[in-house]
Amino acid sequence: MRRLILAMLLGFATPLVIANEEGPKLHNANVDLSNRASLQNGAKTFVNYCVSCHSASFMRYNRIAADLGIPEDQVASSLMFTTDKIGDTMTVAMQPQDAETWFGIAPPDLSVIARARGEDWLYSFLQGFYADPTRPTGVNNLYLPGVAMPHVLWELQGTQRPIYHTTTDEAGKNVKTLERVETDKPGRMSEVEFKQTVRDLVSFLVYLGEPAKLVRYRVGVAVLLFLSVLLVVVYLMKREYWKDIH
Amino acid sequence: MNAIVRQLTGLRDWVDERFPLMKLWNEHLAQYYAPKNFNFWYYFGALSLVVFVIQILTGIWLVMNYKPDATMAFASVEYIMRDVDWGWLIRYMHSTGASAFFIVIYLHMFRALLYGSFKKPRELLWILGMLLYLSLMAEAFMGYLLPWGQMSFWGAQVIISLFGAIPFVGEALSTMIRGDYVVSDITLNRFFSLHVIALPLAIAGLVLLHIIALHEVGSNNPDGIEIKKHKDAHGKPLDGIPFHPYYSVKDSVGVVVFLMLFSIVVFFAPEMGGYFLEANNFIPADSLKTPLHIAPVWYFTPFYSILRANTVNFLWLDAKLWGVIFMGLGVMILFLLPWLDRSPVKSIRYRGTLYKTALGIFVVTFLILGYLGVQPISPGRTAVAQICTVIYFLFFLLMPIYTKLDKTSPVPERVTK
Repeated sequence: MRRLILAMLLGFATPLVIANEEGPKLHNANVDLSNRASLQNGAKTFVNYCVSCHSASFMRYNRIAADLGIPEDQVASSLMFTTDKIGDTMTVAMQPQDAETWFGIAPPDLSVIARARGEDWLYSFLQGFYADPTRPTGVNNLYLPGVAMPHVLWELQGTQRPIYHTTTDEAGKNVKTLERVETDKPGRMSEVEFKQTVRDLVSFLVYLGEPAKLVRYRVGVAVLLFLSVLLVVVYLMKREYWKDIH
Repeated sequence: MNAIVRQLTGLRDWVDERFPLMKLWNEHLAQYYAPKNFNFWYYFGALSLVVFVIQILTGIWLVMNYKPDATMAFASVEYIMRDVDWGWLIRYMHSTGASAFFIVIYLHMFRALLYGSFKKPRELLWILGMLLYLSLMAEAFMGYLLPWGQMSFWGAQVIISLFGAIPFVGEALSTMIRGDYVVSDITLNRFFSLHVIALPLAIAGLVLLHIIALHEVGSNNPDGIEIKKHKDAHGKPLDGIPFHPYYSVKDSVGVVVFLMLFSIVVFFAPEMGGYFLEANNFIPADSLKTPLHIAPVWYFTPFYSILRANTVNFLWLDAKLWGVIFMGLGVMILFLLPWLDRSPVKSIRYRGTLYKTALGIFVVTFLILGYLGVQPISPGRTAVAQICTVIYFLFFLLMPIYTKLDKTSPVPERVTK
């Protein structure tokens, strides 16, 4: 019977992988939320490159200031638009209708994108843009084929070209499958620098998805310590009461 | 100090003259005699009550900030997660509590299968428990719509549309449940109402009836014998001990251990790898975008697998209707358990290999069905689900035969360790 419970618990431990079952392999983002500099750097990239189109309408600027240890006046001067107030959420001026006309789809709100997509997917996606002249934006993405988003970070990453793998199918026709992408023209950053920038950005997105994550583990440890002490007390009480039951 | 005690005793006596306070206390706690040989499996009744209290308390606080409005619901949940002090903790306790509720209830029900707790004279106790299980399923299903994410929306859409398979009245019935032709703000409002008022009220009432019925017939035990058969000179069962303080202190240990496991999930893995909180539910509900893979939350998946296992149109009825029928029967057949089991003994300790084997196969089958329910369909998986569905029903339908044939061993007069 004990074994049965164990089997049930183990059954739940296998993560539920549904998205991206057949897509290309994802890169490991290795997000470290305890690295404050990384989060601050990610916040800067986020504001400079993402917030012109994407909102994060559940996140307030002063919360970022408090959580990432950035003074509020600095947040106001470097992260916010002049019309925003420090207690406002991160919204965009662009109207959703306009966005749909321009891009074909309104850019999604990014508040909880890391929870919906997962950090590894975001990390891979942001590095997965490659030149594709058939697309209106001139780029396509290895992880989201037919992506509507332009390659916003191109000046940092440079451009990439697709490498196709040609096989012959049963009907004798040549089939071209996208195998991987490689650097075409390097950007302002080296590959290592760019990877780190994207990692910082993804870290920030993970934080953005759940700001409580910064305190959750700490509170959890305290709660478990308390419960461990309580367990000893309660167990001793039980033993004392049950002494005379045979 | 003495004066205070005298005052309190006085107050108690004052109440007692006007309300059966001490009578209730004694009947249900201090002089309720429970068998002294309860084992691990006997924690889950008390734990269900603990989880129920957690759900009610966290639910009350969630409702203070949640907005049952299709345009605001998703945002209000994120508001709770970010702007409400400790809102994330309240929300995670509630979402983890939902899964925890089913875990403890399934283990509680499995205990009944192990020790024959549903057998005479506890048939009504079992039926009340089954009604609780049904209410809990409805409660969980409706609660899952409230965050208004993609899985909330499409899960509800799929399940409600199942009623559409019923001939003649189906379409009208599913429209009536939704209050609209699709899941909409109207559906959200009525599900909210049912989730926070109607069903919790029903569950609380049923819990009360379940406990009253239990205390009338007395608790079963791992030996499956009636402790009331052997009483001392004062009419107290020889193998019984007062629930309070013995089991109140013992259950407290169980409660603390449970809270530790519960906290590990709440603080360190609230999504539980996508089983407790699905990734797709962090995308706001969109009636125009159907997700590729719609999976119910894990606690419904065994029955969902039975639904999907029906792929053949048969006897003028289409496969979908058969699926709905078998899914319904899969739950309802549990009500008949007290009459399907013909064994002269209750506990698995004194049953023969037939029942032991059948129960083992049943548990494995139930787990496989649950696993298949979260996976996308493939021909191989459907075939396995079909085999498991047949086994699931055979466990019940053949029960009168194999429990009758089973070689049981003699049952002791008094409880053993």
